Order: sequence, then structure tokens, then C-alpha cells
Amino acid sequence: MTTKIRLLAAASAAIITLGLSSGAEAAGELKIYNWFDYIPQDLLDKFAKEHDVKVTMDTYNSNEDLLARLKAGVTGYDVAVPGEYMVAILLQEGLLEKVDAFALPNFKNVREDMLGVYWDPKREYSVPYQWGSTAFMVDSAVYGGDINTWQVIFDPPAELKGKINMLKEVNEVLNAGLRYLGHPRCNDNPEQLKELNDLLLKAKADWLSFNSDGAKEVLVTGDAAAGQIYNGFGMRAREERATLKYAYPKEGYTGWSDNIVVIKGAPNIENAKLFMNFMMDPENAAALTNFARYSAGVKGVEPFLDKALVEAPEVNPPADAPKAEFVPPCPENVVQMYDKIWTNLLK
Amino acid sequence: MAALIATGNSQQESAAGLTARQRGLLLLPALLAIAIFLVLPLGFILVYSFLTKGTYGGVVWEFSLAAYEQFLFERDLFTDELVFHASYLQIYGRSVLQALVATIACLAIGFPTAYYIATRPAAQRNMWVFLITVPYWVNLLIRTVSMLFIIRDEGPLNSILLGIGLISEPIRLAYTDFAIGLGLVYSYLPFMVLPIYAAIERFDFRLVEAGHDLYADRWTILRQIIVPLTRPGIVAGSLLVFIPSLGSFIAPDLLGGGKNLMIGNTIALQFQSSRNWPFGSAAAVILLTLVLIVLVLFARRAQQAAAEQGRQ
Repeated sequence: MTTKIRLLAAASAAIITLGLSSGAEAAGELKIYNWFDYIPQDLLDKFAKEHDVKVTMDTYNSNEDLLARLKAGVTGYDVAVPGEYMVAILLQEGLLEKVDAFALPNFKNVREDMLGVYWDPKREYSVPYQWGSTAFMVDSAVYGGDINTWQVIFDPPAELKGKINMLKEVNEVLNAGLRYLGHPRCNDNPEQLKELNDLLLKAKADWLSFNSDGAKEVLVTGDAAAGQIYNGFGMRAREERATLKYAYPKEGYTGWSDNIVVIKGAPNIENAKLFMNFMMDPENAAALTNFARYSAGVKGVEPFLDKALVEAPEVNPPADAPKAEFVPPCPENVVQMYDKIWTNLLK
Repeated sequence: MAALIATGNSQQESAAGLTARQRGLLLLPALLAIAIFLVLPLGFILVYSFLTKGTYGGVVWEFSLAAYEQFLFERDLFTDELVFHASYLQIYGRSVLQALVATIACLAIGFPTAYYIATRPAAQRNMWVFLITVPYWVNLLIRTVSMLFIIRDEGPLNSILLGIGLISEPIRLAYTDFAIGLGLVYSYLPFMVLPIYAAIERFDFRLVEAGHDLYADRWTILRQIIVPLTRPGIVAGSLLVFIPSLGSFIAPDLLGGGKNLMIGNTIALQFQSSRNWPFGSAAAVILLTLVLIVLVLFARRAQQAAAEQGRQ
């Protein structure tokens, strides 16, 4: 009986939502272009209801996908959620609308370390969405030594040889190698790149695979005992295989920060600004964080966060860990050299 | 009866009686679809491959051969000289080799299978053909991932082999070239079986009896009678396996662990992190040219074979 009632309730709720989202009385529309699986439907529904706006969303799989589509002339979207370096690129390409995001009422909630950022120093174009880090995890049941160094990946101990997965992302792999060697990122020094090239070719013999989408899966199944991974993704991996430990390598690791931006020529700029403001509300930011499992860019989310998230080592670096490094987009000649090294590595 | 024949005739007449213009109109939707969705994009690709790359993707409208140059040469990191490099040739070579291996393996498995099906009683054949197509009800990605689950170190295949004591520790099957081959063969086998089946089904088996009467052994009959007469099916099947294998990247990425680039990934990469649309286009044009060459060669061989048979 109870199941029946619940079903009925769910069905009527669905009908009401449908009615709301397709209702002719909606004040306007908002078209979101977001990463795949990166916002809970409840939150979209809440925004639609609060502001009487019809919300639709399409998804992409990488920053490069977003750039390629926008460059190819895809239009009609109001907001997108690019990573920090992609904000810099989109801005340079004139693909973003200046909306003076700093003047929005909820902007006061933004964390201090998300202000004065290199990709949008005055926050005229973007507001923080989620941020996190990219390092690697090791299965402590396979290898018990110190994991807080890239040596585990580039000169692995015998237990990990042939059991390492790398992200299939040229920048993540090459920057990790440069950190291990102690050379700067976005490097165009030929000697140092030669050194990097040799390091990667030697290390590849000890690697199992290059897989980004399956970075969690290979670790959870035990096919790989160590692997590069995004921190929130790593947390989900640990929830399925408790012996996995997220490393904070002493040589440094990548930080990333996704932002809400308004696309140039957006049909619904006012609704886009409402959405920016809505997502900077601590309760909404917490709902997003509970779903995406990274970290919110606004203060005051703690009371609304899942307990598991407050304590997770993947999103709470220890005090002695280095700070995550945000890497700006590399200049064109470096992109070309990185491409050469990457092709050479995978040829 | 006469009436039946008459209507049959009049139908034929009306079909043949269409004016050239009317027949052209019937063809128009197909021609338009091909022009808009095939020829036009191919034209874009061809044009883009001769343009200069934009810094963050896209193209600058300036003629350049840099994309084709990049396929064979690179600027030396130290001296900035143009030097020959074989990275892309290696990638293309590996893709072609892998597609060839997959085609040969599919032929080796597919021909006997097709022969078996075609020699069953007519009532059974449809059931067999139906069974061959069953795996196609499931999406390719899902089939490939399932295969990964079966062959991985802790998967059922290794567990069974360990269980019956055939091996003492798991054999590494996943993330190897063998796994890629397995995935390709599994994905494209029906493309080989079905055309060969169609050819053998039409084959006149009295020719085999005639061969036996003339004291030909089984091997000679296969080589001199069955294979030449079912060659169109074999050629069609081989092309249907070879061409998609050449451009495949699900199997190499998932089953092979993505450690080596294939033609497909190389092209995709250029439109993503490498942000080099002209080179991506050039790589696609080169692949297309390769496929066309293979097709033309096959067509020529088939023509020659037909001509020789005509002389005999």
C-alpha cells in the first residue's frame, strides 16, 4: 500500500515538475551547457521553480569539447561551466559575455582564495562552481610505502610495476612529469623537454593503461594498483575499495577550478545572472557539492554538507601538503611541443 | 491468367514508362542527403586541411601545406631544421596491420561458419542467421566493456583457468594487443559471415559433385571451385571488416588500455587538446585516401578476375 502511495506521489510530483518546466507561464528560458553528470536535477528544478524559468541542459565531456563546439559556431546556450584555464582561453577568444558577476548579491559568499584569480582577476565574467585537485591514488594493500611523491608513478616500486593507470590527458601527464623532474610547467626549454620525453618513454614500460573515464573503475577492480585521478572521483573510488589512498605529492599537483560563465550572445542574460547568483547561495552550493563530491567555491556550506564529505581526506589536504597549483593555458609553441611529446609517447 | 500477365506487363511498362525527369525526382532525396551530409562535410575537411591553424582551435583563412608537412616532417627541437619523422606513419602502419589481422581472423572463422549455415536445410538457415545477429542488439560499447570484464586479471576467464588448474597465476589478457584483436574480431565477425553466407547460398553444389566426378580432391574443389565462385562475398566481407577496423578506437582504447594511438584517436586528439584542426583534417583526408586506394585495388582485381574467367 505504502509503495503504491509513494509511486502515486512520485508520479504526481513528476507531472507537476513537467507542468512547471514546460508551462507557458514561465517567465523565460535558461539553456545550460554543462559537464556530463555534474549537477543534480533537484537543483535545476529548484531554480526553475524559484525564478519561474524553463531550464534545459546539454552536456559535454571535456574543456576541449566545449571550446571546439563554441569555436565551430554552436550557439543558443546561456551559461557554461569551463575550467579555469578554459575561462582564460574563452575570454581571449572573445566568447564570453561581461556580466559584472562581482556585483551579484550572493557574490559576498565567495571564498577569498577564489578572488583575484589569474583567469578573471576582477570576477567580471565568472563565478566559482566547484574546485578540486588532480593527483593520484595508490592501493595501500598492494604498496605500503610513502606515496606522497611522484616517484611512485615515474619510478615505481616493484609491487606497482605494470599496475599503473595514467589519465589520457596530455597536460596532466606531462605536467606531472615536469613536477617530478622539478622543472616549470608550460615549459619550452628544449633540454628540459628532452629530459621529460626520456622520462615518459622509460616510465611507460611500467604503466598499464591510459584511461580518464575509467580512472576510477581500473582502481576499484584492482586492475591498477595506482592511478592518476581527480580528487572527488578518487573519493568515490575509495568508497568502493577502502584501501585506496589519495596522495598529495611533495613535488606539487594540479588544482582545477570550474566556473559558471555567460556565453557571448546568450539569449537570456538576465536569467543567466540569476543562475550565477542562485549557485552562490551556500545551501545550493552545498547541494551541488554533495552531488559532485568536490569542493564549493563559496563559504558557509559546512552546515549543509554530507558528513562523509566534511571528513574525506581527498577534499581536505593535510596541513603539510603543498598547495594545489593552477596551471595557466600554455602558449602556442608549448602546446605544439607537448603534442609532439605526447604523440611520440603513444605512437 | 491472361489478365494477370497483362497487369504484370502494364506494371512493368509504367515503371519503365517513367520519364527521365520523374526518375530523377525519385532519386532526388537520396542525392540531396548525400550532398548535404556527406559531400559538403568532406569538402570542409579537404579545405580545412590546406589552411593555417588558429591558436586555440579553428582555422585562419590562409593557404598552408603545414598540415601535410607535419605528417612526415617535424622541426627539430634544437636546430629548427625540418627532419623526417615516422611517428604518424607508425600509427597508420599499426592501424593497418591491426585491421589486416582482424580481417584475416574474421575470414578464418567466418568462412567455415558461413559454409556450415549455407549447407543446412533451408528451414534451419534463417535461425542460424538470426542467431548471428543477436549480439547486435546490444550496443558496441557495452559489448566491448563486457569483454573487458571477462578477460581481466580477476575476471571469470582467468578464474576458470585457475580453477581447473590449467594456469597457476592469472594471464594478462586485458590491456594487450591480443585483447584489441579479440575485440575487433568479435565486433565485426557478422559483417564477414553474412555476405559470404549469401554467396555460398547461391552457389550451385552440383559443381562440387562434378568436381568429385573428375577426381578433384577436397582441397582442389575448395580452391578451384568454391572460393572463386564465392569471391564477391569474400571481398565484400573483407572490406566490411577491414574498413571499420581501420578507424576503430573503442577496442584499442578500452581493451588495449589506450597505450598506443590509432588513426581514430590521433584525429580526435587534434580537434581536442592539440587544437590543430588543419592537421586533424589532413590526417582524415590521408585515411580517406588510403581507404579509397584499397577499394580501387579490390575493384580492379575483381575486374581482372572476371575478365580472366570470361576468357576461360
